[in-house]
Amino acid sequence: MITSTLETVPDKTIREHLGIVQGSTVRAKHIGRDIMAGLKNIVGGELKGYTELLSEARDEAFARMLEQAEAKGANAVINVRFSTSSVTQGASEILAYGSAVIVE
Amino acid sequence: MELLIEILLELWQLVVVVALLILGYIAGSIAERRHYKSIIRREDGLGDLVVVVAKTLPPMDAAPATTLVRGSVVISVDYFKRFLARLRMVFGGRIHTYESLLDRARREAILRMQEQARDLGASMIFNMRFETSSISKGNKNAVGTVEVLAYGTAVIPRG
Repeated sequence: MITSTLETVPDKTIREHLGIVQGSTVRAKHIGRDIMAGLKNIVGGELKGYTELLSEARDEAFARMLEQAEAKGANAVINVRFSTSSVTQGASEILAYGSAVIVE
Repeated sequence: MELLIEILLELWQLVVVVALLILGYIAGSIAERRHYKSIIRREDGLGDLVVVVAKTLPPMDAAPATTLVRGSVVISVDYFKRFLARLRMVFGGRIHTYESLLDRARREAILRMQEQARDLGASMIFNMRFETSSISKGNKNAVGTVEVLAYGTAVIPRG
């Protein structure tokens, strides 16, 4: 599966557009629960636990998007975008979306 | 007697806040300086891996492979800077302390994306985008902690 933020795949032509595919996941990120995060709020710096948490969440959203694309019979997802929005306080939705296409 | 205990308690709270401010200032400055040093060193090393926001690829001898790459970081300001920012919010105006936070976060995210691209043997990254979200401790207005994501298309030359 080719994934790209561009609108085309080099040296290949788009045979068919299969529509939008998306994958998302909602994660809670209650910073107060984590002692290290609390400490980092005083001294500043990277919150590695959170970086990993969100990175994993994004991997999952991305994998779900690819699953959808596969189900549609696509071999590439182009113009991929990521988006993050907070659903309620302390929880956020991570979304990956793009256009599923067949390229040759 | 009760009044004395109350005063002592208040004083104790003040001492804690001041101690946190000092700790935040010292640890925060050291952390920021160290982070900037690391950012500049790595930026020098990755300088030849060009990152652009353009969408069209330049003409190449052989069609390159393209794939999505990304890098992200969650980063927080220290207690002292958050205190300064709160003061700023009373008077309004530019909050320098948060500017450096976001600058560090964006540059770090780009570097991580570049490192991923380099591991794939890429020569350029096209159509890079940023995504920023705030992670705050329940209170809506406090920025304090941000996540920055940088993503783009790595161009891997063939042959």
